[in-house]
Amino acid sequence: MVAALAAAGCGDSDSASGDAKLVVYSGREEEIVAPLFTKFTDATGIQVEVRYGKSAEMAAQIAEEGDGSPADVFFSQDAGALGSVSDRLSPLPDATLNRVKASFRDPDGRWVGTSGRVRVVAFGTKAYRADELPDDVLAYSQPKYAARLGIAPTNASFQAFVTALRLKVGDDRAKKFLADLKANGVKTFEGNRPIVEAIADGEVDLGLVNHYYLALVKKERPDAAVENKFLAAGDPGSLVNVAGAGVLSTAKNTDGATKLVDFLLSQDGQRFYATEAEENEYPLVPGVQPAKGLPPLDTLVGESQPLSKLGSEEKATLEMITEVGLTS
Amino acid sequence: MRGRGRRGRPGRPSPALVLAALVPVAFLAVPPAYLAYRAGVGEAWGVMGARTTWETMWRTLTLLVGVAAGSVLVGASTAWLVARTELPWRRFWAVMAVLPLAMPSFVAALALAGATGTSGLASRVLAPLGIGPVPRLEGYWGATLAVVASTAPYVYLLTAAALRRIDPAQEEAARVLGRGPLGAFVAASLPQLRRALAAGALLAALYAVSDFGAVALMRYTTITRAIFTRYEAGFDRTPAAVLGLVLVALAVLLLVAETRSRGADAVQVGPGARRTPTPIPLGRFTPLAVAWLAALTCLFVVTPLAVMTYWIARAAGHGTLDSVPWRAGVTSLALAAVAAVIATVAAVPVTYLAQRHPRRWTMLLERAGYGANALPGIVVGLALVFIGARYLPWLYQTFPLLVAAYVIRFFAEALSGVGTALSTVSPRTEEAARVLGRSPLRVFGAVTLPQMRPGLAASAVLVFLSVVKELPATALLLPTGARTLATEVWRKTTVGAYGAAAVAAVTLMVLSLPFIWLAVREHVLARHPSSPPGG
Repeated sequence: MVAALAAAGCGDSDSASGDAKLVVYSGREEEIVAPLFTKFTDATGIQVEVRYGKSAEMAAQIAEEGDGSPADVFFSQDAGALGSVSDRLSPLPDATLNRVKASFRDPDGRWVGTSGRVRVVAFGTKAYRADELPDDVLAYSQPKYAARLGIAPTNASFQAFVTALRLKVGDDRAKKFLADLKANGVKTFEGNRPIVEAIADGEVDLGLVNHYYLALVKKERPDAAVENKFLAAGDPGSLVNVAGAGVLSTAKNTDGATKLVDFLLSQDGQRFYATEAEENEYPLVPGVQPAKGLPPLDTLVGESQPLSKLGSEEKATLEMITEVGLTS
Repeated sequence: MRGRGRRGRPGRPSPALVLAALVPVAFLAVPPAYLAYRAGVGEAWGVMGARTTWETMWRTLTLLVGVAAGSVLVGASTAWLVARTELPWRRFWAVMAVLPLAMPSFVAALALAGATGTSGLASRVLAPLGIGPVPRLEGYWGATLAVVASTAPYVYLLTAAALRRIDPAQEEAARVLGRGPLGAFVAASLPQLRRALAAGALLAALYAVSDFGAVALMRYTTITRAIFTRYEAGFDRTPAAVLGLVLVALAVLLLVAETRSRGADAVQVGPGARRTPTPIPLGRFTPLAVAWLAALTCLFVVTPLAVMTYWIARAAGHGTLDSVPWRAGVTSLALAAVAAVIATVAAVPVTYLAQRHPRRWTMLLERAGYGANALPGIVVGLALVFIGARYLPWLYQTFPLLVAAYVIRFFAEALSGVGTALSTVSPRTEEAARVLGRSPLRVFGAVTLPQMRPGLAASAVLVFLSVVKELPATALLLPTGARTLATEVWRKTTVGAYGAAAVAAVTLMVLSLPFIWLAVREHVLARHPSSPPGG
């Protein structure tokens, strides 16, 4: 029994050679990013030991571990989780940071975005055409839309959108929007994907989600009658959030950690999102084209991106969502 | 009583016994201590003053009451029908009653939700019959149903065990005095079931308080789900810790309530063999009883299996099916076996002390052992992350620390199983052996332990099945790179690969089956005169 445990625990990791090993806490799913780590090891010879989990729980874990954290790199699903542990991250070199636009990284240089996802309105093609839907997210709290709309209030992506909305139109207007949604019968879901599934099933007709869930659902259900509506550039409803990475200040292998972040921002690392990954996320390094059928990133991003505030504003956002009664 | 006689009646407990009972309970204090450290006083007022906190509290309490009542209704009625009546196909119903033990609550919830709704399996099956779409199961009733699916088997097992212990002579006396079969049962046997029913309701209620997966999938916010949401948003650990302490307080209230409601223990004092009670004829109620059990089986066994088969078939149709995660299966089984043995062994001195030296403090110690069961896995997990990474780096993210988390999380199940086992051993046989000059430890080894053995095995199996299903603490503490079946199910579900998730879930259930058989063998076989008497 003990032997079985030892075998199960050590199998993958003991082949790594002593100090060159790199420990990554990945809040991104294994199915999506595991090939990236293989490519990195092939290119650099550095062995990577990856711990997978939810971004938020990994952030809580890093915070609780304190100086004892075994992690070298935190690879997060969203900017909010990176922002919440930014006091445990050390600044990245300018050469690394400058590969992406300033709006996709931490102003203090402690984390950098590696790929982008856009908030969209997913809609059932049996109920709507893209051009008859509003370009302004605030319009979707009207009764005729809200009653057929799905949201995921406990989901980090939705909360990032609400933070962007608060910062753009103010707390009072944002709260009214949420209260109107609630009053007009919005349906709540546990995550983005179930919303897109529910649209395909006809349970609802609209959903505030990230752009790539459409591709994921169509992979299992190619005939699902769902499409994405991209809202106006700079509208909080088309917020471009990022997945990103940071190096821990307590990292034992800082050199390898920086190399990994550089690799994620290399041409190879960036093309991965456009050509290989099924999620169709946006590459963030200028010059690397996104997957076919996606509007260019420049047509979606407004003049300012509030990503660095997502971590610190999250608590107030959650309080607003809870107060309106959307999480019950 | 204290200090009366050097031998004979056990007086003052030996220091070794007290120490052996104190150590495990001290471990259980780790998560609450961590919460107290994390929760600031100022923040506590803020959280406790918020209206939403109390609304969430109310939802938690109503779920808890619903789950306790529901699992007693389901578990006890099944146990009584199977153990005491002339019900047809009793073995079959007994097996169906415990099969859901192999199903994590989030799988039950996923399946029940997946069976309903406009595109759910139920709607598709019923559509040709002209029956409109079945509304999606969610909210209070959805959460209650999904959690009851997981907790009713515990009540069934505890009740069935107690029913077997009760001497039918009293019921027979009641019948001689003119009562009907049911009336005699209610008058003579039901009072003796109180302890088992209360223990079952307590386990179900504690579980309902700590469950995350089912309530999240049913979109029903309890305090545990609020704790998860707090950790996920803002990563502010203070309000989450305050809510965790609220759960500790709730657990204390539940334990007090359960202790108050306990009746006298049904210990068989005299010598003589227990006899098999005469089965009660159901007569014209037979179809009703069969329909009741069939409905339960359909809801808690057939529906989840059908939904998972449907998902597997759908994924196979798209060619996106994964192979069976054997390696994760081996890790799950090994971890669960080690944790189950440790938890059961550690529960023995705590139980022994409370039952053989019943003082206020020994009983309090035993009650305290139940408390950790109300804390969600994420709290137990983060407490050990905090201590492990900061103070025990050589233990952090190793299997031993994960096993410690399991023992803490599921100690209550071991306690209830061991408690039931010890209560079947008459103290008089122990006293007789002591009169013959044996030392307490040798009496325990020669007299008590052999009689407890079947109950201990059942207790270990219950812990085993819970560990196999555990997710949040596992995710935080598992060695990097290792996997369990529960983490596999979760991993596949998060990327929406329901087919692959169902493969892992079915693997988990199939691997659990032999252990479920171990737990129920006696209950299933006990009623048949050809089989040897249990105990």
